[in-house]
Amino acid sequence: MQALLALIPALPLAGFLILALFGGRLGRRGVSIVGVGSVGASALVAILAAIGFLTAPPAGGALTQRLWTWWSVGGLAPGIAFTLDPLAIVFTLVVTVVGFLIHLYSIEYLAGDDGYARFFACMNLFVSSMLILVLADNLPLLYLGWEGVGLCSYLLIGFWYRDPANGRAARKAFLVTRIGDTAMAIGLFLLFRHLGTLQIAEVMNRATTAWPVGAPLATAAALLLLGGAIGKSAQLPLQTWLPDAMAGPTPVSALIHAATMVTAGVYLIARTHALFLLSPAAMTVVALVGALTLLLAGCSALVQTDIKRVLAYSTISQIGYMFLALGVGAWSAAILHFMTHAFFKALLFLGAGAVILALHHEQEIARMGGLRRSLPVVFWTFLIGGASLAALPLVTSGFYSKDAILWAAWNAPHGGRVLWAAGLAGALLTALYTFRLIFRVFFGEERTTVTHRPTWVIALPLVVLAGLATIGGFVETPHTLGGVTLFSRFLQGTFGVAGGHAEAVGAGHGAELALQILAAIVSLGGVWLAYRLFLRRPETLARWRGARAGAALRRFWLGGWGFDELYDRVLVRPFEWTARVSRGDFIDSFYTGLARTLGGLHGALAATQNGRVRFYVAGIAIGAILAIAIMVFT
Amino acid sequence: MPLEHALLLAGALFAIGLAGVLARRNLFFILMSIEIMLNAAGLAFVTAGAHWGGPDGQVMFIFILAVAAAEVAVGLALLLRFYHARRTVDADAADRLRG
Amino acid sequence: MTAVAYISGAVALLASLLAVTRRNAVHGALYLVLSLLAVALVFFALGAPFVAALEVIVYAGAIMVLFVFVVMMLNLGRVSEAQESVWLSPRSWTGPVLLALVLGAELAWVLARGAAAGPARPAVGVKAVGAALFGPYALAVEVASFLLLAALVGVFHIGYRATEDETDAVGAPESRGGVED
Repeated sequence: MQALLALIPALPLAGFLILALFGGRLGRRGVSIVGVGSVGASALVAILAAIGFLTAPPAGGALTQRLWTWWSVGGLAPGIAFTLDPLAIVFTLVVTVVGFLIHLYSIEYLAGDDGYARFFACMNLFVSSMLILVLADNLPLLYLGWEGVGLCSYLLIGFWYRDPANGRAARKAFLVTRIGDTAMAIGLFLLFRHLGTLQIAEVMNRATTAWPVGAPLATAAALLLLGGAIGKSAQLPLQTWLPDAMAGPTPVSALIHAATMVTAGVYLIARTHALFLLSPAAMTVVALVGALTLLLAGCSALVQTDIKRVLAYSTISQIGYMFLALGVGAWSAAILHFMTHAFFKALLFLGAGAVILALHHEQEIARMGGLRRSLPVVFWTFLIGGASLAALPLVTSGFYSKDAILWAAWNAPHGGRVLWAAGLAGALLTALYTFRLIFRVFFGEERTTVTHRPTWVIALPLVVLAGLATIGGFVETPHTLGGVTLFSRFLQGTFGVAGGHAEAVGAGHGAELALQILAAIVSLGGVWLAYRLFLRRPETLARWRGARAGAALRRFWLGGWGFDELYDRVLVRPFEWTARVSRGDFIDSFYTGLARTLGGLHGALAATQNGRVRFYVAGIAIGAILAIAIMVFT
Repeated sequence: MPLEHALLLAGALFAIGLAGVLARRNLFFILMSIEIMLNAAGLAFVTAGAHWGGPDGQVMFIFILAVAAAEVAVGLALLLRFYHARRTVDADAADRLRG
Repeated sequence: MTAVAYISGAVALLASLLAVTRRNAVHGALYLVLSLLAVALVFFALGAPFVAALEVIVYAGAIMVLFVFVVMMLNLGRVSEAQESVWLSPRSWTGPVLLALVLGAELAWVLARGAAAGPARPAVGVKAVGAALFGPYALAVEVASFLLLAALVGVFHIGYRATEDETDAVGAPESRGGVED
C-alpha cells in the first residue's frame, strides 16, 4: 500500500508529460483518454489507498513513502516523500474524484477548442501539483506543489491567450499570490532557522516543545504562513485576483478556483495546526480574516452581473467560513466544509458552464432567464448545489458543515458571539445571492435561446456531484440530528481529540438546537427574501438602485469594496511611475545619447550626399583653395 | 604687358568662371562658366609660353582647345538628353543620386 | 600695344562678369563671345598671333556657335527668364562670390610677385608652333585626335534618341520649360 502513494501524483504527471510532448500528434480521442484517464487512474489508486488505510490503519497514524533525497544543502535535506494521513486522505479523494469529474466534463466543454491538448496537459499538471502539495511530507516539497498550482493557475487563467485581457488577469493572479508566497517562504526560513528541520511532523513536535503558548516566534511563523494561505485562498486583503481569474475556461474555475487550489491555504493551516495552536493571537487573526472576508465577499456577490463572478465571490466568502472555523480551532468542521464546498461549488460552476455553453458563451445574468424549461438537468442539479450553498436545512450537505462552523464559533473563547453573528449574517447573504442567481437565470422569461443542449458527458458529472452535495454532509451530523461523528473521528488521527466536534456542556444541547433553528430560519428567510425581491417584485429593487445612495452602494460592492482601486492607487501607479522614471536614468541616457549622437552625425553626413552637382563643385573648389593655401603658406 | 598682369587676368577670369559654376542653376550657364575657366587656363599657358619664348605655351593652348571642344560637344548632348527627360534645364533637378 | 592689351583685358573681365550674370542664355552666350574675342586680342599683344587666330576661329567661332545653336534649339524663352529671376537672387550669389574672391586672392598672392614691365617680346609665329606640333608633340596631337573621335562617337550615341519622346517615368518634371505658345 505504501508503494502506491507515489503513483497518486505520478499518474497525472505522466499524463502531463505525454500530452505536453505528444499532444499534438494524439488526436482528440487520444488526448481525452490520456488526460481524463490519468486523473481517473489516480482517483482509483487514491480510493484503494484510502480503503487500505481504513481497513488496516498503520502504526503512527500515517503511511509514508520516501522516494529519494531531493537536495542536501547545509543541514537541510528534504526528500521526495509522501505521507498519507486522514487529512491527506480527505484532500486527495476530493482532488482526484472531483478532478476526474471535471476532466470528464471538459471533454465536451472544450470540444471545439484548438488548445485541447494544452488544456488537458495543464490540468493534469495542476492535479499532480495539488496532490504533491497535500501528500508532501516536508515543507519544501509542499512549497513545490504550492508553486506548481500557482503556475498552472496562471497557465489556465490565460488559456485563451489571444485576448490580452486574459493575460492580464493571469498575471494579476500570479503576482498577488506571489506576495503571499513570499510571506510563506520567509515563514519557512524562520522555522528552519529556529527549529532546524522542515519535516512537517518534526516541525510540529519541536515547535510544541521549544516554544511556549504565546511565544513571539510562534506567532511570527504562524502569521507568515497565514500570509501565504491568504494569498492562495483569496482572503482579505489579497482577494482581488479571484474574480478576475474567471477569465479562464469554466472547468478551470470549477477545479482550481473553487474546489481545490484556493483551499490549499486551508490545508496549510490545518496541516500546521500545532503551530497555530501555539499562538492565540494568530488564531484570532485567522478568525477575523475569515469573518471579514465572508461578509465582504457576500455583499459583493449580491450585486454581480456575471454568473461566474457571483460564484467567485461566493467562493471567497465560503473559504472565509473555513478560515473562521480554523481560527476558532474547529479543524474538522473546516475540513468538512471544505469537502462539501468542493462538491457543491464545483457543481455550481459546472452548471454555470453548461448554461454558458448552452447560450453560446453568454455570461451576463441579465441576458439569461427561463432556463429551467430548456435545460432541466442543469436546473435541478444547479438547484441542489445552490440549496447546499445556502445551507437549506436537513437535506443539504452545506447545512451540516455550516452548522458545525457556527456552533464552533459560538463556543469560541474570545469574541465568539461576534464571530457567530458574522457567520449568521453571512448565511443570510449567501442564501440571498444564491437564490437571486437561481431566480434570475432559471426563472422568468427566456431572453437568450438555448443553442447547444448538453450531452451525457456534461450531465453525468453534474448528477454525480449533485448526489455528493446531498449526501456528503451525512458523515457528520450534530447531536440534535443523529450525532453521527464519522468524519471528526476519522480526522482525529490528524488533529487529536481537540479538533473534533465541540461537545456541548450541560444546557448546551438546548443552545445548540436553538442556534440550529435560528440558522435554518435565516437561510430559509434568505430564500424567501430573494423570491420577493427578485421574482415577485423587482420594482422595489429598481427603486433602491435608482436612489443615489443605493446606486453608490451598488457600485462600491460591484467593485469588490474598492480594493482594486486602492491597490492601483497605492501600489501599482507608484511602481509604474518608478519604472518609467528609471527608464531614463543616467546609465541609459549615456547609451541613448551615444546612439543619438551617432544618428545625428549620420544625418549630417547624409546631407552632403544631396546629388547636386553644384554642391560637389563647391566641395572641389574649397578643396582646391585649401590645397593651394597649404602649398603657399607652409 | 608684363607677365604678372596677364597671369592676374587669367586668375581673375578663372575666379569669375568658378563663381558662375557655383551660382547658376541653368545648365547652359554652368557650361559657359566652365568655358570661361578653360579659357583662363589657356591664357595662363600662352602667357607662360610667351615668357619663355617658345611655342610650347601655344601648343598647350591648342590641346586645351581640342579638349574644350570635345567637352562642349558631349556636355551639350547630355544637356539635350537631360532636357528631354526632365523637361527642365535646372541642374538641381538632377539629384537622383541623393542619399 | 600695351594699352590695347590692358583695355582688352578689362573688356574680357567685364564681359565675363556680364556673361555669368545674365538671365537670358543667348545674351550670356553673346557676352561670352565678346570675352573670348577680347582674350584673343590679349594673345596677340603677348606675341602669339596663331593662337589669337585660333581663339577667334575655333573657340568663338565654333564652340560658342554650337552653344547658341543648342540654346535656340531648345527655345526656352520667356519661361526660362522667369525661372532665372527666381534663381538669381542675391542670396544665391554670396557663397560663390565669397569662394571666388578667396580663390582669386590666393592666385593673386601667388602670381603678383614683382610686376616688372618686361621687354617687348618677339612674336612666336605659326612656323614655330607647327614645327613643335609635328615634332616633339606629335604623339599628343594623335591623342588629341583620339579624344575628338571619342567625343564625336559619344555625342552621336548620346544624341541619337534625344529627338524621340523620352519622358522620364519616375521623376515628375519640376518645371515645364516647354515650347512657347
